[in-house]
Amino acid sequence: MSTSAAGSGSPAPSAATVDRPGMIHARPVRHPWRWVAIAIIVVLVAMMISSLVTNPRWDFGFAFEIMQQTPVLEGLWKGTVFGTIASMILGVGLGVLLAVMRLSDNPVLRGVAFAYTWFFRAMPRYVLLAILGSLGFLYSQIRFGVPFGQQVAQSLGLSTDLTLFGFSWNDISSTIWVGIIGLGLSEAAYMAEIARAGILSVDKGQDEAARALGMSSGQRMRRIVLPQAMRVIVPPTGNETIAMVKDTSLLTAVPVLTELYYQAYLFGQRGFKIIPGFVAATLWYLIICSILMVGQSYLEKYFGRGFGAVPKKTKEKLMKIEADH
Amino acid sequence: MISDAPVIAGRPAPTGPPLVHAVNVMKSFHGNDVLKGIDMDVHTGQVVCLLGPSGSGKTTFLRCINQLETIDGGRIWVDGDLMGYADKGGVLHRLSDKAIAAQRRDIGMVFQRFNLFPHKTVLENVMEAPIQVKREPKKEVEQRARELLAKVGLADKPAAYPGQLSGGQQQRVAIARALAMRPKLMLFDEPTSALDPELVGEVLTTMRELADTGMTMIVVTHEMGFARDVADRVVFMDGGVVVEEGPPAEVIGNPQNVRTKTFLRRMTEGG
Repeated sequence: MSTSAAGSGSPAPSAATVDRPGMIHARPVRHPWRWVAIAIIVVLVAMMISSLVTNPRWDFGFAFEIMQQTPVLEGLWKGTVFGTIASMILGVGLGVLLAVMRLSDNPVLRGVAFAYTWFFRAMPRYVLLAILGSLGFLYSQIRFGVPFGQQVAQSLGLSTDLTLFGFSWNDISSTIWVGIIGLGLSEAAYMAEIARAGILSVDKGQDEAARALGMSSGQRMRRIVLPQAMRVIVPPTGNETIAMVKDTSLLTAVPVLTELYYQAYLFGQRGFKIIPGFVAATLWYLIICSILMVGQSYLEKYFGRGFGAVPKKTKEKLMKIEADH
Repeated sequence: MISDAPVIAGRPAPTGPPLVHAVNVMKSFHGNDVLKGIDMDVHTGQVVCLLGPSGSGKTTFLRCINQLETIDGGRIWVDGDLMGYADKGGVLHRLSDKAIAAQRRDIGMVFQRFNLFPHKTVLENVMEAPIQVKREPKKEVEQRARELLAKVGLADKPAAYPGQLSGGQQQRVAIARALAMRPKLMLFDEPTSALDPELVGEVLTTMRELADTGMTMIVVTHEMGFARDVADRVVFMDGGVVVEEGPPAEVIGNPQNVRTKTFLRRMTEGG
């Protein structure tokens, strides 16, 4: 109860309009513990800064130098950034396909999607990448053709071995492409679960309304269900993308060495200053992930259209569209 | 829609084969018989209201007409097409999803909960099916969509998202969306049941206007006033069978069956 509230404080309604309680100008609740918390944090941060500034072994100058080295930048773009984008494209595409398969009426497709998810979720990415990098020991030539084609062709006396096309795994075995395949296949298993949750979150009435309009199952999924599922799919996919940026450091298992962490580490090691190498890599990871977070918030706004309050900017744009119509 | 047949109460008298011809329609959910042999004929231009207590099967029957539910027995023909099946020498073959989708094109449906596409604007909602399903040119569709929106009293809302509209406005958009496909038949599944009482009138007015244009309509409703004024025929269902049917003045005004009497008494007491 505040004594400074406007009005005389008399509850009697008989005094008509004059004595009716007016606007409230109450004192806010005090938060003394906030100030205590702020004081503690200020001290801790000051301690951290002092340790960073006074310990010469951090050697930030050298770290900044490493960040700008050509091999490091090459590792950043060709390994970390390109690897993240390409494996996420593969992962999201295959993941959505797996989710649709998992939710289909066809028991074979459902089973395949389940088995895929089971296998690749259980498989550590580092191990998977190492296996793919060594796959050449098992299959030096990758061929696509008729099963048992060579045997069949031999028994029939054909000159061809019924191979449609093939390539040598060793040609790509330590390129970024193997890394992308490995990370993408693994990612698809997680994306499948995320996409499935998104698809299931869409009200059943949406599919029914689209069906009543005569839309085919593909049209319903593409134009009605998936765009609405995206609202649920995008936030965890942003998470996955950020995790993928960091997981590109596993590319060394393939081994793919054009990759941010390894290159930065190499410079630190060569200069006998291991820590600045780590700092250089850390700073680049922080920068990339910050940019991704901004992109994610834009995507969330786009796919959230029509749900909840409409942002002012969108409203203005809508008015303009309406005027143009 | 205008024919030379004698016009009664603004609509042509039923002549020729019925637009909807349902014979002995049966449907059960998990061993629970919901429809136990429904027969119903609806002629072009007619408005038929399905009345009955909840659980009587009227909504299920409506959903069977456009194959949102598959029927276990009987046959439904719409405009001469056997719905959901191809009859090849007495043996029924289930139609493919694509063929069923094609059958649904000419049947508009309005749902209790509107089911507008929330990620599309009002105009996009109305334009979606004609462009995607019928592949009609966008310009033509847009012009028609705007005319339809004007007809349902929402000419000023093309760029709004469904979430920004009241329930009554959303339902009127849903009617425009269904009409954009130029259906031969409109199905209404309790179109006003999810609306606040003060919004029911605007939707019923739109439906009345639609009936006046000669549209064939099957309406599941609890709105007795609408059934009495607009319907050519009311069908009272209970327990998965048709209990009583006829002109509204007879069925609502002077019901013969005990179950109809009980239901109508409860409705009027509630209202």
